[in-house]
Amino acid sequence: MTRSLWGVGALALAAGLSAQAMAQDPVKVGFIYVGPIGDYGWSYQHDQGRLALEEHFGDAVETVYVENVAEGADAERVIRQLAAGGADIIFTTSFGFMNATVNVAQQFPDVKFEHATGYIRADNLSTYAARFYEGRMVAGHIAGRMTKTNVLGYIASFPIPEVIQGINAFMLEAQKVNPDVQLKIIWANTWYDPGKEADAARALIDQGADIISQHTDSPAPLQVAEERGVHGFGQASDMVQFAPNAQLTALVDNWDQYYIDRVQAVIDGTWQSQDTWGGMAAGMVELAPFNAEAIPADVLAEAEALAARIRAGEVHPFAGPIYNQAGELVVGEGEVLTDEQILTMDWYVQGIDDRLPN
Amino acid sequence: MDVVVQIIVTTILASTPLILAATGELVVERSGVLNLGVEGMMLIGAVCAFVVTMETGSGTLGVFAGMIGGVVISLVFAVLTLVTLANQVATGLALTIFGIGCSALIGVNHVGRAYSGLPKLDIPGISDIPVLGPILFRHDPLVYVGVAMVAAVWWFLYRTKAGLVLRAVGESHDAAHAIGYPVVAIRFAAVAFGGAMSGLAGAHLSLAYTPMWQEQMSAGRGWIALALVVFATWRPWRVLLGAYVFGAMRMLELHGQSALSLNIPSQLFTMLPYVATIVVLVIISRDAMRVRASAPACLGQPFHPRG
Amino acid sequence: MIRLERRPAPSRFWSYMTPVLAVALTVVAGALLFWALGYPAGAALYQFFVTPVETGYMRAELLVKATPLVLIGVGLAIGFRAGVWNIGAEGQLLMGALGGGAVALAFWNEDVPGLIVLMMLAGAASGAAYAAIPALLKTRFNVNEILSSLMLTYVAGLIISIMIYGPLRDPQGYGFPQSRIFHPAATLSPILEGTRLHFGAVIALVAAGLAWLAMARSLFGFQVKVVGQAPQAARYAGFSQPRMVWIGMLLGGALAGLAGVIEVAGPVRQLNDSISPGYGFTAIIVAFLGRLHPVGVAIAGVVIAMSYIGGENAQIMVGMPLAVTGVFQGMLLFFLLGSDLLIRYRIRLRKPGVAARPAAEPVPAVAEPRVESA
Repeated sequence: MTRSLWGVGALALAAGLSAQAMAQDPVKVGFIYVGPIGDYGWSYQHDQGRLALEEHFGDAVETVYVENVAEGADAERVIRQLAAGGADIIFTTSFGFMNATVNVAQQFPDVKFEHATGYIRADNLSTYAARFYEGRMVAGHIAGRMTKTNVLGYIASFPIPEVIQGINAFMLEAQKVNPDVQLKIIWANTWYDPGKEADAARALIDQGADIISQHTDSPAPLQVAEERGVHGFGQASDMVQFAPNAQLTALVDNWDQYYIDRVQAVIDGTWQSQDTWGGMAAGMVELAPFNAEAIPADVLAEAEALAARIRAGEVHPFAGPIYNQAGELVVGEGEVLTDEQILTMDWYVQGIDDRLPN
Repeated sequence: MDVVVQIIVTTILASTPLILAATGELVVERSGVLNLGVEGMMLIGAVCAFVVTMETGSGTLGVFAGMIGGVVISLVFAVLTLVTLANQVATGLALTIFGIGCSALIGVNHVGRAYSGLPKLDIPGISDIPVLGPILFRHDPLVYVGVAMVAAVWWFLYRTKAGLVLRAVGESHDAAHAIGYPVVAIRFAAVAFGGAMSGLAGAHLSLAYTPMWQEQMSAGRGWIALALVVFATWRPWRVLLGAYVFGAMRMLELHGQSALSLNIPSQLFTMLPYVATIVVLVIISRDAMRVRASAPACLGQPFHPRG
Repeated sequence: MIRLERRPAPSRFWSYMTPVLAVALTVVAGALLFWALGYPAGAALYQFFVTPVETGYMRAELLVKATPLVLIGVGLAIGFRAGVWNIGAEGQLLMGALGGGAVALAFWNEDVPGLIVLMMLAGAASGAAYAAIPALLKTRFNVNEILSSLMLTYVAGLIISIMIYGPLRDPQGYGFPQSRIFHPAATLSPILEGTRLHFGAVIALVAAGLAWLAMARSLFGFQVKVVGQAPQAARYAGFSQPRMVWIGMLLGGALAGLAGVIEVAGPVRQLNDSISPGYGFTAIIVAFLGRLHPVGVAIAGVVIAMSYIGGENAQIMVGMPLAVTGVFQGMLLFFLLGSDLLIRYRIRLRKPGVAARPAAEPVPAVAEPRVESA
């Protein structure tokens, strides 16, 4: 059942009906997005998850979303309106919604909240995020093996840990398979500006990069790669239609199963506050089909094997020894970085020729 | 050398939407009308161009659709500001809000669809000349249209009687009206031209620069185009200069980051185009009399014939 | 033939009636739009026009949203009247938030009495200082302030970014672009139980009142109007135009800066990279919709806030996508702006060829500012 009149539910609540009396009613699920759903990136993928809910549960759920919500003062009002409107569970899908989500969760103890990529939890507030860096490791492997110029390009958005994790995981694996590899990074200082992202890709290619990785939202860099005859990786969703030759694989955010599981838990009455940080094993991070035309057979086999080992938990992208830029050992042989260390990552691994702000 | 050539090529490409939109807005402002809705018109142009191209398979039709879309939405502005005399600044901003929403509505089923891009010029022999070939002879058609329109607008404004009349309307609508020129009709035409050019700029975004449709894909380029008209002190050729300065600084920002390893925040690189535009304007604006003379005296003022 | 005739004086009746007429037209056009797109028109219109004022909480939210718009709009209105084209209030807001926020963060774990006052002073001063750049460029180098203030807005966003990824980043914040949460002494607590309504709304109201007094009753207000409407006359009268540029810019910057610090001290309670969803730009519409009159600006600020909140509600309650609410909001603005005509003109039906009686020398109700004064 698609978005219907929530006003009716709100009226019913106002009339004094208890939640139990409405138990057989559909579960109401609210989403707030930081971008427009037409961004074909972060918010688009969360909305795909919402659509998967409707597909999976049919009439048993009712979903509603608010898009392009500013992360400032507006977020709290929107989340509160969703809660007051009778939502049973609300997904707030951007880090910037954290304080607003926490505040509203306090006011509505009976409503369940799920905040993406945050770190504050409560009895009715879960957090969830994806280990995107696992996918980056596979991308780094392919890039390191395939580059002919030994120059890889990386279009980054903002220096938050999630982005830095991606750069480090990508570079660690690329260096492992190709010690001569060099990484050029451009900070676009935006999540979304197709023209600028495309220009950044052009600049990287002009400086010798023959494989482009991106942590910004639009398919524009891949289109440039396609035009220039180099390769790249899709971001957030499978972008193969934009670059059938250039896309080697894509790092797909897949929230479908997580959303289905959590809503099922609400239906079953088993929902509990938790922290989920799923990776490839959980299906939150997926790799789009490998481009067998472009990737040499041996590299393709290695990539598939690596992906399988990551899923099986046999390989960790941040397994020691790892050195930082100053050459200091961060984690030794036989150990891996702790989740806490990964979550707060604000340093580059050795071999990256760029500086992070401090 | 190759890198320098590529920087120039990309600068020319990235400047084209700015040149197209700013040239249109320049004519609008020269007629005495300030339309701040460039961003909204660009988005409408972008989505109309993309949708029509995808539905018909013809990029040419798409380009025209972009222009028509721009004209149609600009006429909303024209009716409000020229007929009902609504405030131009506020109406222009409202037009942007309307354009963002309207374009998203039109394009909702075309997000995620791919287009290969408008064909590029390829003249055997000439397009392959080293250095000059890629810089001059290997662009999409709208790049040439952009430069041609700057020349055409210059010719129109300074070499034709119609251009003189348009400028006169912008300088003193009361005097122009007294002489017998149809002030409102002339401004209608100017606003529609501005809409067509913004639509064309949008078409370049969605068909050539980054051939796809995404909501709000212009990402603020309409505002930069507006600033370029001011930068140009309302003279056509300076639009070209301004757009290239801005575009070149953007390329410097990107190349600087990947080529140099300076221990400074990347945000300082990103500031480059904005700061450079101000600095260059300071340099060319010091001559107070010349700048003053080129701002249309009636810009932003409503016109209603007395009596 | 329909023709317009300028009224000898702005119509009082239509000053009050045009908003009503505009809303009525929007309701009709909106109903058609929603119906054509397959949304329940009645329910959607209800969300836009009734829900935002239905409950005490929503009314408080309306004021929370309107506060920065009114504060900035009042400052901009005075500048626009003087012919000063400050398009960069957004940047001045961000710098005000940064200046005030930096004071708050300097004392993040101390209960400093009066800290909030200090923050506001710092915020207003930061906003004004940032607006001084276009003022200086204008008066000293003749650089048009539309360009400089707009470009500086982008720069301001990047300065904030440097600070919250650098020195002002919360050390316990997992590397996200945010500062520490402010100490309670550095925040504006709610003045109405169960809502987010804070003292900033009172400040905005006072600012509008003071601006009205200054514009209507003081020599300053008279000078502003003369410089804006008749720069030549102003020069003969000895009013300095550069001085007006400075005053217009600094006032606009100070109020935008104040709006910025109030926003971070009020609902946001920290510095982050998304303090304002474009209040500085929206406030330009607010200023003109309020006919550059402080009281009008206050009303317009609430109306615009209502259209945004109504849009959110329509998304939540009717499942209407943002695109549709944006189109509707644009339409509302079009009707509001277009119907202003009736205040200053009357619509006459007459036969072609009959000359109308010349109207008395018109007195514009609104100073129409000029971009560049000769």
